[in-house]
Amino acid sequence: MTDAPSTIAERSAEVLVRSTPTVIARRVRGLSDRAIAWLFITPTIALLLAINIFPLIWAVYLSFTNFRANRPNAEITGVGLRNYQRVLNDPDIWIAMQTTAHFVFWTILLQTVIGFSLAYLIDRKFRGHAFWTTVILIPMMLSPAVVGNFWRFLYQPQIGLFNYIVSYFSGIPPSSFEMLGSVSLAPWAIIIVDTWMWTPYVMLICLAGLRSIPDYIYEAAEVDRASAWRQFWSITVPMALPFIMLAVLFRGIENFKMFDMVMLLTGGGPGSTTEVASITLKREAFESWLTGRSSAFAIILFVAVFGLANIYVKALNKVKQR
Amino acid sequence: MSSVNAAHSVVEPTPTSKRIAGAIVILYALVTMIPLAWIFLTSIKSPPDSISYPPKIVFSPTLEGYCNLFTTRTRQTPDYIQSLPPPTGTCDEITRSRNMVIAGPSNYWPRFGNSLVIAFGSTFLAVLLGTFAAYGFSRFRVPLADDLLFFILSTRMMPPIAVAIPIYLMYRQFGLSDTALGMILLYTAVNVSLAVWLLKGFIDEIPREYEEAAMIDGYTRLQAFWKVVLPQATTGIAATAIFCLIFAWNEYAFAVLLTSGSAQTAPSFIPTIIGEGGQDWPAVAAGTTIFLMPILVFTIILRKQLLRGITFGAVRK
Repeated sequence: MTDAPSTIAERSAEVLVRSTPTVIARRVRGLSDRAIAWLFITPTIALLLAINIFPLIWAVYLSFTNFRANRPNAEITGVGLRNYQRVLNDPDIWIAMQTTAHFVFWTILLQTVIGFSLAYLIDRKFRGHAFWTTVILIPMMLSPAVVGNFWRFLYQPQIGLFNYIVSYFSGIPPSSFEMLGSVSLAPWAIIIVDTWMWTPYVMLICLAGLRSIPDYIYEAAEVDRASAWRQFWSITVPMALPFIMLAVLFRGIENFKMFDMVMLLTGGGPGSTTEVASITLKREAFESWLTGRSSAFAIILFVAVFGLANIYVKALNKVKQR
Repeated sequence: MSSVNAAHSVVEPTPTSKRIAGAIVILYALVTMIPLAWIFLTSIKSPPDSISYPPKIVFSPTLEGYCNLFTTRTRQTPDYIQSLPPPTGTCDEITRSRNMVIAGPSNYWPRFGNSLVIAFGSTFLAVLLGTFAAYGFSRFRVPLADDLLFFILSTRMMPPIAVAIPIYLMYRQFGLSDTALGMILLYTAVNVSLAVWLLKGFIDEIPREYEEAAMIDGYTRLQAFWKVVLPQATTGIAATAIFCLIFAWNEYAFAVLLTSGSAQTAPSFIPTIIGEGGQDWPAVAAGTTIFLMPILVFTIILRKQLLRGITFGAVRK
């Protein structure tokens, strides 16, 4: 009802605009809407072109050359697709991709399970739930680099708090295991820190999903005497699914790019057991100075993120439409 | 059935289930706070206390970590220290008790200052550009609007190291390496995508009728934008600004690759704090505590807008 006058106003305004020649409109209104629209949008697009797209094109160009940034005066020669060939045939890079996949898979699994469970519990709306939700959210706002750096201290074998707590509950001597120094534990050390930091993120999105389910659906289920178990699996989970998938998408992209936290915790070590793709890329580009080759690798990574994200967004839309 | 129960919705959880849920959530919250509490506790421990086994929860607090964070020190002979005039401050005293003298200020505050300048500078620019662009996308029929918006978002999907390679070369060419201006431009470009997406959501929520009414009253489009839309969008702009600020404040990958000295920010400086014989953990903890404080405050201010911010405005609740 309240909308009616405004729509009429809108419609008449539109008629007016359409029937007024643009020249007159411009004189009356100053700048035309179209001019304002472009004036407002162009600076942003220009900045992104300069700082994001231009360098990207440059990287594409470099990926076909043998350029090395530490020898800027050496002659640049085109090498065709050789860089791409080398990257795709390099076993080290495939190991890095596997390490990344392992990291992404476990962090997403743990964060989704813990995050969703927490959201479900917070949605019970116990007394003080708003306060405790805020407390839980704190880790995800902090700098992964600075906090990751401090976790190195928590993980110290003899003096670290983490080892102490583990040994307190399990009886294993605290100096008998090294979270960061051991080949089998280091991948889990980074998964633990990432899960600690980012579970709140998944929790917050899941909570929004749970809160979006209207009460009347549960009331109807109650009338139909559906069990709590049944309600959970046929109402709660399917209706919260688009939100869970959104959280998985965002975490997936972020963790695929993971650099700072892992760099400071393990630096990719011991050996190369925690060397995720971004760290390999950093080594190739800024330590070995294989600029051309690393550009090729960077572009492969970018295409992979972009492609996976696109496929995932399509799946997400399908779930939403259901 | 009592009348209380009848008024109670069937979907309201029972008191017992609420109590159990509350207990588990509070337990989780307390466990996740342990690392943060440990950072603070370590910052007020003496170096021997910080590395004692078992880890000390009860200890006598000291400002040594903060003193070590703010100063550089040199070791001296006891005779030399004896010959000095009496200490002028707490830090002086603590340092001398370790057979050292303060040689000068450390790089912590300059690096912290760099972080402030770069974070505020880039936030200001990103929000400025973002507000205009968001208004443009929200109110006008822009050709290919969806494609442009997707393009803006996609720039954020690139792995930072992949972007850093050509940026590094470009900055070297233009003399922007290790300058605050270079970092401000870079962070602005990264943040503007977030700013556009968030602000478009906020501006979409302001009814067009307000501007239309103003324009009927004789305002031009620009005046209506300035005097009607902007005041209405203040909350959204403030929330967006804080999100941009937090990103720029926390960023490490670009900072460590593109700055080394004069423009180095705190996140790439803090891990390099070392004392005699390895990492000086109380000093690192002190630096971390000071660095994290502003974010803690902002998180509490922002708690109602967090969901929107972290999903690029996709989920608004």
